[in-house]
Amino acid sequence: MQDRDLSPILSVQNLNVRFGRNAIAAVSNVSFDVARERIGIVGESGSGKSTTGRAIMRLLPARANVIADRLDFNGEPLLEKTEKEMGRLRGKDLALIMQDPRYSLNPVLTIGRQIAESAKLHLGLKGEGAMAHARHMLERVRIKDPDRVLKLYAHQISGGMGQRVMIAMMLLAKPKLVIADEPTSALDVSVRKDVLVLLDELVRENNSGLILISHDIRMVAAFCERILVMYSGRIVETLTNLEEAQHPYTKGLIAAMPDPRRPVRRLKVLDRASIEANIAP
Amino acid sequence: MIKVENLDVVYGSKNASNHVVRSVSFDVGRGETLGIVGESGCGKSTLLRSLAGLERGWTGSIAFDGKPVGTARNREELKLAQMVFQDPYGSLHPRHRIGTALAEPLRAMGLSDGWSEASKALRQVGLPEHFANRFPHELSGGQRQRVAIARALILSPPILLLDEPTSALDLSIQAEVLNLLADQREERNLTYVLVSHDLSVIAHMCDRVLVMQNGIFVDELTKADLAEGVTHAAYSRELFESSFL
Repeated sequence: MQDRDLSPILSVQNLNVRFGRNAIAAVSNVSFDVARERIGIVGESGSGKSTTGRAIMRLLPARANVIADRLDFNGEPLLEKTEKEMGRLRGKDLALIMQDPRYSLNPVLTIGRQIAESAKLHLGLKGEGAMAHARHMLERVRIKDPDRVLKLYAHQISGGMGQRVMIAMMLLAKPKLVIADEPTSALDVSVRKDVLVLLDELVRENNSGLILISHDIRMVAAFCERILVMYSGRIVETLTNLEEAQHPYTKGLIAAMPDPRRPVRRLKVLDRASIEANIAP
Repeated sequence: MIKVENLDVVYGSKNASNHVVRSVSFDVGRGETLGIVGESGCGKSTLLRSLAGLERGWTGSIAFDGKPVGTARNREELKLAQMVFQDPYGSLHPRHRIGTALAEPLRAMGLSDGWSEASKALRQVGLPEHFANRFPHELSGGQRQRVAIARALILSPPILLLDEPTSALDLSIQAEVLNLLADQREERNLTYVLVSHDLSVIAHMCDRVLVMQNGIFVDELTKADLAEGVTHAAYSRELFESSFL
């Protein structure tokens, strides 16, 4: 294994996101660094995990107020960049893979056109060359019949295949950091593993950093070197494996998962009152 | 409680036909929970919809409680089995108040206007009574799924058909809904058929699991098999492994 560059690609210090005049911050005082490694952000709906991802991509709506002491990507402050500069960065150095391929692929363009567009934009390829690269990328994400799939539209392919296409498109430019926001929660369990293994393999190969956002703590633990657990906009705990979980919220999340190897009559549910009491104001 | 023999569902005709469910047969005892697991498109939801009477184009035989039911059902037959759907956002009318949604089955069956029952039904699923005046958009996903369960139970059916009841929910909320279903089963001695692609949910809830692939059952697992990780077919092995990363 080659020596990994351990200097952070992304450095976040005291990130705060507030929507409009809402008194409650969606994300408050979140700090973490990402080197060329895989980290996971875990939490329930509304915990601020996706908002954190989008704040890094600068994809939040204008009414969102994003403040950070530091939000550096590759040593450059992201919050000072203009929209045009961000446009050059997104997709090239900084990629986002979203939850549902049915909504994130363009329904009126063929798969080939969409991947080729990415190749034209980021690699400067043209016409035939871009299409050939698109075909190559489809092969890389292990689609068996790339020539046929290039000509298909988004509604003609399955969810798992759609997510592979998204991965092909995002990883084509060899981004330095990939943010995958619930990449598998719209997929069947049987396809989930393939997609994750593929994502993991390509990210390692490109030597990129990966932020995997999910509510499934066991899945994240299996794939990531570090896990950030978020609750109501804050990071409550940072773990390297599930056994060392200390915070009642993390323990609650783990206990809420059914495990056939350890059958219980009733699943544990989160005791929200005690969790609230445990969080410093 | 449920007896299904040689059930077939075919969509389309002649050259364009799609044989979705291929001659499946199974029994479910009273108070038992049967799980059906498989990936998208294997026919598991179609099978459940045929049991519920939503799918009319099936052939074969279905019997509830020893009495055969046909493709068209009368009120008494419909009252035997009720269904809970996957998407709590899509299964409640957005412009009907929760109370109206809960009263609907009773009114449709011509039993009563249903208003008096709605608050009781809400209490039973652990929601406050004043939720009857709310609209679905004022509820969270987990609360909506509780309403959907309350609506299915309001006719006191002996059989509940569950189509991926928790796959649209967070894991922490999933635990609450699964506990609610387990409590109701105990309280009312209900018979469940639970369909899911998630083997860990199925294993938690069910006494027996049928593994479905391309319209047929390829494997049958007992609770003991699941606890020990025993499988009898290559496909169920594959499903098993991908469920536990």
